[in-house]
Amino acid sequence: MEMREKGRGDLKEAPSFHPIASSPVQIPRRAFLCTAAVFAATAFTKTAGSIAAEAHLPFIEIADGVFVRYGVQEEMSAANCGAIANIGFIVGDESVAVIDTGTTLQQGAALREAVASVTSRPVSHLIATHVHPDHCFGHAAFSDLPVHSIGHRNLPRALAERGPFYLKRLAEISPDFSDTAYVAPEETVSDTMRIDLGNRPLLLKAWPPAHTDNDLTVFDERTGLLWAADLLFAGRLPTLDGSLTGWLAALDVLLSPDVRQVVPGHGQVSDGVETLQEELAYLTRLRDGVRAAIDEGLDMSATLARLEDDNQLDWLLYDTNHGRNVVAAYTELEWE
Amino acid sequence: MPQQRKAETYCLHGITIAILAAILIIAKAPIAVANDETWQDIRASLYGSDRVIHDGEGVIKLDAPDRALDAATVPISVTAEMEQTEEHYIRAVTLVIDENPAPVVGTFHLFPGNGIANISTRVRVNAYTNIRAIAETSDGELYMAQKFVKASGGCSAPASKDHDLAMARLGKMRLKQIGAWRKGEPAEGQFMISHPNYSGMQIDQVTQLWIPARYVRSIELTLGDKPILRFEGDISMSENPMVRFFVRPDAEAELHAKVVDSDEKTFEQSWPIELDPAS
Ligand SMILES: [Zn+2]
Repeated sequence: MEMREKGRGDLKEAPSFHPIASSPVQIPRRAFLCTAAVFAATAFTKTAGSIAAEAHLPFIEIADGVFVRYGVQEEMSAANCGAIANIGFIVGDESVAVIDTGTTLQQGAALREAVASVTSRPVSHLIATHVHPDHCFGHAAFSDLPVHSIGHRNLPRALAERGPFYLKRLAEISPDFSDTAYVAPEETVSDTMRIDLGNRPLLLKAWPPAHTDNDLTVFDERTGLLWAADLLFAGRLPTLDGSLTGWLAALDVLLSPDVRQVVPGHGQVSDGVETLQEELAYLTRLRDGVRAAIDEGLDMSATLARLEDDNQLDWLLYDTNHGRNVVAAYTELEWE
Repeated sequence: MPQQRKAETYCLHGITIAILAAILIIAKAPIAVANDETWQDIRASLYGSDRVIHDGEGVIKLDAPDRALDAATVPISVTAEMEQTEEHYIRAVTLVIDENPAPVVGTFHLFPGNGIANISTRVRVNAYTNIRAIAETSDGELYMAQKFVKASGGCSAPASKDHDLAMARLGKMRLKQIGAWRKGEPAEGQFMISHPNYSGMQIDQVTQLWIPARYVRSIELTLGDKPILRFEGDISMSENPMVRFFVRPDAEAELHAKVVDSDEKTFEQSWPIELDPAS
């Protein structure tokens, strides 16, 4: 989209479309603590002084120098503080790279504290895997540090377009989120970029449109760990916000032979193989079902009705996201 | 299995009661009052305050999902419950989304020769809102159908999912014949144009950078020299505007589309239509 300077005169033509949130479901605190208790021992639990207790979920060392905070497998809500995505950091011999910062300023601050509790080495790189607020809206917690802030070539545009909408949504979920702001990356990746944390090279890769049109992955050569972010969903239904055919193509090559461990955007760390197979199966069936419906002349409503309960298996949050995926697939595939 | 049938009936009763209860709750909720005030303003600006708007029953029906899955792409359809004849027909259908920044989606002008005045399209829905379809018949009377829709877009932001592709494809058009088209019988078609139908947006508070509004202002479809429909619209139509319509082909001819957007750019294309030889 072309951008050019315009005066205030265009203001009336510049409304944003923001659906009002349905009242967030209050997850009982007890249930939530059960989920949190599953997390393993190398945890750096912080005492929470505010309602933002969940911003202080533990960071777990899942590989040598690689720390992950697992998000809860729920929709964003006031009760879970929006801590629904996997975020974390990688420690090199000289410095630290932060990969995603969570949904809020508090989560970003908690991440910063977690880094400080593990190492005195400075944060040199702040990486955003994509535009979604559960991944990179804690970035402002690092604004006072001289870091390389990096994202996909398309991320600044996506943040500019969607950022204000996401902030409104967050403020609607909880007034405690209203001090959150988004920060665009200063350096962008068009294809690949290599950074080094001191004897710890990371390969950043910008993908063609897949989960979104601004997906970035991080490969840690030392451990063979791929931080796939939302190119891979484990357990929780993948959400389509980019290109279905592009995502399927990305999955074909995501797990190169040197990948030994994968951090998905949501759900458990693993070797990635089974997770990828499950996601591939869901997205393939979604594509085939929607394609067939379009070929038969079914409109969007009829397609939704036909595929409403299709392809369900054991996915978490199927009911909240599957229908939207059908709509997204339909609007993409009808142009094939 | 009469037993089972009975159970189904109960079930239906349950649903009916639930729906009635829901309607009562909605009717009592303050939001409904607010909606009505909004609507009175829109109505006055569209039709003046003195024109009567009749209940749409028997003239038009409006279908929309109770809950919008993707607030940027909400399918809605208007079904005509009266036949289009030269003597009495629906000559315009206006769609209104009360709580949208630009509440009037647009007006579809229709013609008696096409047999059926059904229209379906996709719209953006900004909030919990009433959606309305107002039909104007050839005798100048107004009839309205309405539906309350909950937008629950979650994090589906109302922006292009694949921005580069959307811009690369701008202006590309598609025509689809739905089912077999037969001579002299109403047949359904679908027209769509790839266009961001962009509302315009401030992207930086400090530098005052803007992505300017760019949206489809009109769509005109004709078959040979016969008009099918004319749409005049605004930013509440979804990205890649789509409309399904009916047409009654008399003979093989070219279907022509002319689209003009807010940048005064015109897009035109023609397609030869295929008629089922069995007719
Ligand atoms: Zn995401």
